[in-house]
Amino acid sequence: MKTRTMTVAAALFALSAPALTAGGADDDNLTINGNIEMTTKAEPAAHLDGALPEVISGWHFRSDETQELEMDDFDNPGMIFVDQAREAWNTAEGSEGKSCADCHNEPESMAGVRTVYPKWNEEAGEVRTIQMQMNDCRENRMGAEPWKYDASAAINMEALISSVSRGMPMDVATDGPAQETWEQGKEIYYTRYGKLELACASCHELNYGNYIRADHLSQGHTNGFPTYRLKNAKLNGQHSRFKGCVRDTRAETFSPGSPEFVALELYVASRGNGLSVEGPSVRN
Amino acid sequence: MRFTGMTLAAAVLAAGAAYAETAPDDVQFGEYGAVEASLTGQEGDPEKGREIFSTKSMGNCVSCHAVSVLEDVPFQGEVGPVLDGIGEYRTTEELRGIVANAKMTFEGTVMPAFYKTSGFIRPGDGYTGKAAEPPIEPILAAQDIEDLVAFLTTLKDE
Ligand code: HEC
Ligand code: HEC
Repeated sequence: MKTRTMTVAAALFALSAPALTAGGADDDNLTINGNIEMTTKAEPAAHLDGALPEVISGWHFRSDETQELEMDDFDNPGMIFVDQAREAWNTAEGSEGKSCADCHNEPESMAGVRTVYPKWNEEAGEVRTIQMQMNDCRENRMGAEPWKYDASAAINMEALISSVSRGMPMDVATDGPAQETWEQGKEIYYTRYGKLELACASCHELNYGNYIRADHLSQGHTNGFPTYRLKNAKLNGQHSRFKGCVRDTRAETFSPGSPEFVALELYVASRGNGLSVEGPSVRN
Repeated sequence: MRFTGMTLAAAVLAAGAAYAETAPDDVQFGEYGAVEASLTGQEGDPEKGREIFSTKSMGNCVSCHAVSVLEDVPFQGEVGPVLDGIGEYRTTEELRGIVANAKMTFEGTVMPAFYKTSGFIRPGDGYTGKAAEPPIEPILAAQDIEDLVAFLTTLKDE
């Protein structure tokens, strides 16, 4: 009886495999503009404790057509928003009449910054995301209004800052003063929220490589953020992505910029330590 | 005003009682997670079950499970096992238990519990991202579970 069912199941699986199992991660290589070599598969960080045998960028789970869009800045629609942010970088705003460029010179001076955020800020006594740090500059050095979390002005600037670190490995700190926030993020990652009782881990740790309806599940890393999504034709922030994923568990979500999502951002970033910064990446 | 509401609630309750519907918290699971008695006392409708299985706002089972007879439903998922032939090797009672609360059969499974109202963390109002207003409703109604079980029972090897 049991053997019979298993044989039938195996036969059916073989039949349906070519159509459904377009495979887990593919073996393509990612080079951007012909000269930025990207690390898209990396050794897992020790803290993952075997939870992932290999850390794989979300790029590997997308179709060839979507992947190609990320390989050249002329094809990457996200770069249009990076250009807009370059303009904003040089534009004076607020009561002090200062621009980002007045304090930081060229955006290229930000190379490496994206790899270590979210990061502990000693003076503020908290873990901060890039957006929190940008708003600190706006409010306290420029006398300008803070940007709304994950709104286009903030996300475009985050994409500019990310773009100058492309190819550098993600390397957020999980210990020292950041440890408590990191642990909070870890707890959120493994909590099964909502009426569907699904955790981040249910989809991105236990089921990456599988299709959930039409979506090919990745490991849910954040090295590609901000991501240009073909679905909504704009750049998307990490917290908005988290919110969408939590909503899909039929749960009450947290808000972009909330302490919960800041902690989750740190933890998820640490799972992808070693992967190249890709933002702005292209996803569907 | 308040009185009318209460009368209405009482009437609805009475109607439910006429079909002897089992409330989510009162479902009796066997040692291996099977549920012996029908949740409604009413026969399940396999055609309705097929629709619930395939519709996102209802069971959305197809997001995780593939079934060959649903050739009109695109993009069947692969998070759960293919369910072809399930009516052959699972009893009605086992299927009822799995669909009502799969965690009683498969400990810790990612498969959601479809007939359950307590023990959730931050339950939402459908896919809105907002908090669910109490009382918390199960994802599917008792008769939906019976319809699904009736559909699954039809999945036999040729
Ligand atoms: C019900 C399944 C499900 C759950 C639960 C879920 N996600 Fe996702 N997530 C998806 C799908 C589908 C996608 C789009 C395909 C992909 O990139 O994996 C996605 C994409 C992502 C991405 C984008 C990856 C990229 O390369 O662009 C991130 C980051 C992410 N999820 C993080 C999370 C976090 C953090 C949680 C928990 C708070 C979570 N997800 C919970 C289904 C889920
Ligand atoms: C989020 C994913 C998910 C959804 C949604 C889901 N299932 Fe499942 N289901 C699973 C997994 C995974 C298993 C395998 C049990 C295990 O070992 O964890 C399973 C097992 C089963 C089984 C038992 C299979 C066997 O071989 O014994 C049945 C029957 C079943 N599911 C029916 C359904 C029905 C009906 C629905 C919708 C009302 C549904 N499932 C929705 C993931 C899911």
